[in-house]
Amino acid sequence: MRDVMPRWADVVLIPLISLVLAFLLSAVVIVAIGEDPLAAVRMMVTGALGSTYAWGYTLYYATNFIFTGLAVAVAFHARLFNIGGEGQATLGGLGVALVCLALPWPHWVLALPAAVLAAALFGAAWAAIPAWLQAKRGSHIVITTIMFNFIGAAVLNYMLVNVMRPQGSMDPATERFPPGTHLPTLHDLLALVGIPFSKAAPANIAFLIALAACLLVWLLIWRTRLGYEIRAYGHSEPAAIYAGIRPVRVVMLTMLVSGALAGLMAVNTVMGEAERLVLNSVEGAGFIGIAVALMGRSHPFGVLLAAILFGFLYQGGAELALWTDIPRELIVVIQALVILFTGALDNMVRMPLERLFLALRKRRT
Amino acid sequence: MAGAEAPAAGRHPDAAPAIELRGISKAFGTVQANRDISLRVMPGTIHGIVGENGAGKSTLMSILYGFYKADAGEILVGGRRVTIPDSQAAIRAGIGMVFQHFKLVEPFTVLENVILGVEEGRLLKPALARARDTLQRLARDYELNVDPDARIEDLGVGMRQRVELLKALYRQADILILDEPTGVLTPTEADHLFRILKNLKSEGKTIILITHKLREIMAITDTVSVMRRGEMTATLETARTSPEQLAELMVGRKVLLRLDKKPATPDQTILEIENLRVTDDDGVERLKGVSLSVRAGEILGIAGVAGNGQSQLLEVLGGITPATGNVRVKGAEIDLTGRHSDGRSRRARGIAHVPEDRQREGLIMDFFAWENLVFGYHHDPACQRNRALMDNAAIRARAAEQMARFDVRPPDPDLAARNFSGGNQQKIVLAREIERNPDLLLVGQPTRGVDIGAIEFIHQRILDLRDAGSAVLLVSVELEEILSLSDRIAVMFDGRLMGERRPDQTDETELGLMMTGMRTEVA
Repeated sequence: MRDVMPRWADVVLIPLISLVLAFLLSAVVIVAIGEDPLAAVRMMVTGALGSTYAWGYTLYYATNFIFTGLAVAVAFHARLFNIGGEGQATLGGLGVALVCLALPWPHWVLALPAAVLAAALFGAAWAAIPAWLQAKRGSHIVITTIMFNFIGAAVLNYMLVNVMRPQGSMDPATERFPPGTHLPTLHDLLALVGIPFSKAAPANIAFLIALAACLLVWLLIWRTRLGYEIRAYGHSEPAAIYAGIRPVRVVMLTMLVSGALAGLMAVNTVMGEAERLVLNSVEGAGFIGIAVALMGRSHPFGVLLAAILFGFLYQGGAELALWTDIPRELIVVIQALVILFTGALDNMVRMPLERLFLALRKRRT
Repeated sequence: MAGAEAPAAGRHPDAAPAIELRGISKAFGTVQANRDISLRVMPGTIHGIVGENGAGKSTLMSILYGFYKADAGEILVGGRRVTIPDSQAAIRAGIGMVFQHFKLVEPFTVLENVILGVEEGRLLKPALARARDTLQRLARDYELNVDPDARIEDLGVGMRQRVELLKALYRQADILILDEPTGVLTPTEADHLFRILKNLKSEGKTIILITHKLREIMAITDTVSVMRRGEMTATLETARTSPEQLAELMVGRKVLLRLDKKPATPDQTILEIENLRVTDDDGVERLKGVSLSVRAGEILGIAGVAGNGQSQLLEVLGGITPATGNVRVKGAEIDLTGRHSDGRSRRARGIAHVPEDRQREGLIMDFFAWENLVFGYHHDPACQRNRALMDNAAIRARAAEQMARFDVRPPDPDLAARNFSGGNQQKIVLAREIERNPDLLLVGQPTRGVDIGAIEFIHQRILDLRDAGSAVLLVSVELEEILSLSDRIAVMFDGRLMGERRPDQTDETELGLMMTGMRTEVA
């Protein structure tokens, strides 16, 4: 039953219809609690896309989701389900904080590469242990990465409370990073080319790193030998072994790349926005990465679009909670519906659509 | 004899057909699996259905057994119209099915499997007693001897098949459908099965035999139907046809059933194996000291019933399974256990490998044809654009040429492997492995699930490679294939080689005996 639909229908039409369905159902829920869905949509759109300030937040969140979404997507290609983005991003934050606080950095141009490296290394290291357990011992990576999220949170807690907290402070957080680590925001960057952009929004140069990561992941998966081996292993382990591809190597390398991508998220949040390390700086972005990868069909470009959508939902939802009586929890419901329709209920839309295309094709012939 | 369009050797020429299909059609999406199929099978006859893979045989039988619902057409059993919505209805109509892949509960005994689903009552004991009596009677009537208390997991494939037959007979089937029943049997077991089928026929049972082996059709059936591309192209009386005619009807063109094979001119020894031993993950020794050698320009065929160690032999040589013993290729020792004992290192030593299961191992079914055509050779310098990236354009261009040379249809490198037919998938694997001009070619089941038209082509390519001076190690469960391709034949049983024969000095009977572990005098 392949090739029933043209590719554009598979890539664009199905996610779009799923999205519309999710929004329709959300509208029903909003009506049910006595609010006006149209007003809610208007408020979300203005709140997330209506000004450069709004865009600044939407893209800031989207940057996080691009990194975690790519992390999940890369692992998916090797049929590994990395649920540990949360923990890997947490450890990435630790790496960024250690680097930023280690030296009196003179300028962000020097600090950024070091922080990127640290974030990637710490994230990769946190993925390496579950990867090794999977490759060598067969311990299921879903279980181990979930466990490592909790361990990661505990490690961060310990580090903040016992090691990195400034003396006398009651707050489990590091001191502020030195000014030389301050990253340029989109306001600073766009000012260079003369485009006005909100000064208050947190979107920063990490967004550009995320875009570069999309391109690099695309090259890795579809243009390199390693990517070829990752995809081959993901489709069929016996075939990969037949071809002389070593599973241990593929599992380890895939998870290192995946963990590094998740860790890079910290450049955006810890270094670009908070400029210090606090507890729970990841705020669930690791999990949203799973939905982003599912919706983006594990393709970097799809991940980019899905990440921007979820950035919109995140920011629009925050606005909604701020200005209306619609509770914050309802935003989670809307997000959940989007995940449900685009991820889990994919076939619900796909099957009727395939039948439709089939009927169309039959009529033509 | 009955009417011209339904010749039958049955004993009731005037009786209604045991089973009759009228205008059966079934489509899956755009694929018309069955198109307007009509068929009459008289009671007390054996009717063969032949056709290539994808001709629609299995779909038709699945409709008969209630797995699929036909889009159009009707089914008559014993002259009465029936609808068969599920397998229970098929059983009630007196239809029994013996599948290619047995549907038995392995830890259960034969008796328990037989009554499964027809226990009739809350307690098992009366049903078991009833079944034991029936089984004894069936064993006596039809040579269907099976120990009723044996567990399925302890039985061989031949026995398991008998249990399937018993299950159908216990449910009082009058019409038995057998799907590729001899695929897993030794020649002796197959002969026994045919005796059973003849006994069943003489008791008035009607048998429909689905097979791709024309020899079996000729040996046992009364009438035969040929299917091609979803249509029933002919129904013939077996006595008045020939394998050549059937093959032509199946493929739609003339087919050479005999190979154009020159005598071998063996040169220096390429492969030497001494005392090869393999123990699998369950601690069972699968190869128990195998020694053999293959020279350049010859084909060594390994015959044997599936599961006697042939697969392990290929896997060891292909770098998939570690082993102990000595293997030399062109005189140089091969590392059988080290960290770098893998498929890649074997390819570097000039060993190409066409695996037994192309869909599981030989191909990535979701990869494009061009991606599959470098699978295993993707480290080759010719595949790289620079140090980091692969040269996909060059790979695709070479793939298109290879597909043209190997007559892969359609010759479209941008089609995923799963969209090709079995024969064309195999041609993709062969193109990849043969075009490397290997010193040693390992081939497992080269024509399993491959249509007749492609078999001829594949065999010719293997012979061409031999004539070009490569050594070929061929593993196949098809004796005919072993006999027609090999220059020497070694028979494998229970992880050991039982001896070697030349194809012109042996026959299927002797090889069949050796395959069951019986020692024969060295010729």
